[in-house]
Amino acid sequence: MAAKVIMPQMGESVAEGTIVRWIKKVGERVERDEPLLEISTDKVDAEIPSPAGGTLSRILVKENETVEVNTVLAEIDGEAPDEGAGASVAGPAQPVVSKPAVPEAPPTAEAARRIRSSPLVRRLAKEHQIDLTRVQGTGEAGRISKNDIEAYLASAKAERPAPEGTAPSLPVPPSSAGAPAAFTGPTQRVPMTPMRRQIAERMVTSKRISAHVSTFFEVEMTRVAETLVQAGAEFERRNGIKLTYTPFFVRAAVQALKQFPIVNSSLDGENIIYKRDINIGVAVALETGLIVPVIKRADEKNFLGIARALRDLADRARSKRLSVDDVQEGTFTITNPGIFGSLLGTPIIHQPQVAIMGVGAVEKRPVVRNDAIAIRPMVYLSLSFDHRVLDGALADQFMAHIKVALENWDESVL
Amino acid sequence: MPILTHLEAIRQGIGEEMERDSSVFLLGEDIGVYGGAFKVTEGMLEKFGAERVIDTPISESAIVGAAVGAALVGMRPVVEMQFMDFIACAFDQIVNMAAKIHYRWGAKVPMVIRGPSGAGVHGGPYHSQSNEMWFVHTPGLKVVVPSTAYDAKGLIKAAIRDDNPVIFYEHKYLYRRVKDEVPLEDYVVPIGQAILRREGTDIAVITYGAMVWTALEAAAQLEKEGISLEVLDLRSLLPYDEEAILASVRKCSKVILLHEDTRIGGMAGELAAVIAEKAFDDLDGPIVRVTAPDTPVPFSPPLEDHFLPNARKLAEAARKLASY
Repeated sequence: MAAKVIMPQMGESVAEGTIVRWIKKVGERVERDEPLLEISTDKVDAEIPSPAGGTLSRILVKENETVEVNTVLAEIDGEAPDEGAGASVAGPAQPVVSKPAVPEAPPTAEAARRIRSSPLVRRLAKEHQIDLTRVQGTGEAGRISKNDIEAYLASAKAERPAPEGTAPSLPVPPSSAGAPAAFTGPTQRVPMTPMRRQIAERMVTSKRISAHVSTFFEVEMTRVAETLVQAGAEFERRNGIKLTYTPFFVRAAVQALKQFPIVNSSLDGENIIYKRDINIGVAVALETGLIVPVIKRADEKNFLGIARALRDLADRARSKRLSVDDVQEGTFTITNPGIFGSLLGTPIIHQPQVAIMGVGAVEKRPVVRNDAIAIRPMVYLSLSFDHRVLDGALADQFMAHIKVALENWDESVL
Repeated sequence: MPILTHLEAIRQGIGEEMERDSSVFLLGEDIGVYGGAFKVTEGMLEKFGAERVIDTPISESAIVGAAVGAALVGMRPVVEMQFMDFIACAFDQIVNMAAKIHYRWGAKVPMVIRGPSGAGVHGGPYHSQSNEMWFVHTPGLKVVVPSTAYDAKGLIKAAIRDDNPVIFYEHKYLYRRVKDEVPLEDYVVPIGQAILRREGTDIAVITYGAMVWTALEAAAQLEKEGISLEVLDLRSLLPYDEEAILASVRKCSKVILLHEDTRIGGMAGELAAVIAEKAFDDLDGPIVRVTAPDTPVPFSPPLEDHFLPNARKLAEAARKLASY
């Protein structure tokens, strides 16, 4: 029987998804759980594993088309019965068979993570510090073989990923910066990617909904910079994470949010919704656009916990392995234009939140101290807030709290 | 270099050792006047005389017992089993006498028991067995199984010179079917050393005896399909060349153990264990056995064909393992 591949529900509120790319072509063989296509929804982009093994016989939805959840996208002509109907095969009303050892797996990005390999592959992965979830298995049932890992190593050598030292939230900008491939006339019309369309719509909507106001603070970073110098090496040795400025800003913001719960709220009609949890979204720039993974319950994490969460989310954002959950439920957002050298920005609020903080570049500047000119590491922080909910006085008190925390940093990071 | 058959190479090796060392003598059923059931010892009686080429009564236990006694007093007897199947009659003399004398009393027992084994010639259940594992499981013995004429000569000479009892398996299917160049100069093939018959990268096939040729046939076929088999010929089963085995496994990461002997308690089981113990982290797939099933060797030719491992069965297993 032909197994049907359906558009998965990538989150409760997600009603539709766009086909970004078919990884397999019609007529090609596909193993169960082998990546079949990439989709993009307004929450995340994800690779969809094949629900069954067989031959991809029909593609019903072309690339760049957007369809509703549960739409049939393709058909796979099944193979031997023991490979049978997979968990997510939407077959005609007949029992769905799944092997006892294999848990029912909806076709989400996480579902493809059940890795089959061999002792040799696991040893090589350990030796070369390879994350096996990134290696494409070509063996039986998608098993990762020695050849696969050797091919992965060869390709990894060719395109070395960002070096270890890169700060968690400091992605390298795309080299081509989104230029069209080639001009065939004076202008070139290029359709937006689903992600780009989504960002465009969100930004305009936010500008329309919220009464944006921005305020700016200049913060001396001497204490933080000293902490970085004094504890950086030991922090990295103990935790395997390079110590950067970002977790300091997140930590200071969390403390300020505790003092000013109104900044950790949203507006629903004529009601203000206060949020118990402090979930900090941190913007990560990717080649394809901006994504904002969220550190959940950041108020319950210590400094290391925040640094680790930042690193994990940034890594997974870049490897397209964020889950829907990772980008939801933010209550406050921090964006970091300073990494590209910007002094200060006026970011747009991430709805339905009521404020967003922008962090400029930390750099040494001449400042007046005791009526003398001194050289100090300085940073401009900006806050865009929704004037419907917050007034300037409160917003500035909130920012002052952050400024004081950073300038008088006394928390041990080790 | 002269081209000899497997059988001629063994005969030449024995003859050279008899010329070199007057303590070497032969005994067995019909080996003198008749020249042996397979004619391995043809011409020996004429050349070396009845004192050194002794036709014995049909009593394997008596033959081996006599050989053990002769070895203890400094002779180097070479016993022929008309078929290796009949060696069971001499079992006690071999495993409780020959194998244990050095351990128990410190005396040398330099003797060889040789004879034809294996199937493929429609010999039925009493003339076709591969019973080498009876002796591989007996400490104190050496067990040798050559696959080429060159090795057959070099190994029989090494076996005769060895101070331990050596069980020497000659595959009857190879006797007149396999020929190669065999030097006239004196040489031995050391017991305990395997040899690579074919270098490959994808799957190591570890085997011995007639199955070496089966493995090479399958390897030639699979090469066209892009699967590269390495073929390791053990040559000696006791002691076996662990170093060479592990080197092949580490190189190819996948391994098939092939033998004509039946499955349970076969050499493949022992090799699988040592590979799992010492090269687990080098394995990229399950250790696969290709062997005969656990039955006596059938007499019926179609059943015997079905019973024996062959290139097709090996290639099938190799394809499956390659795609694992």
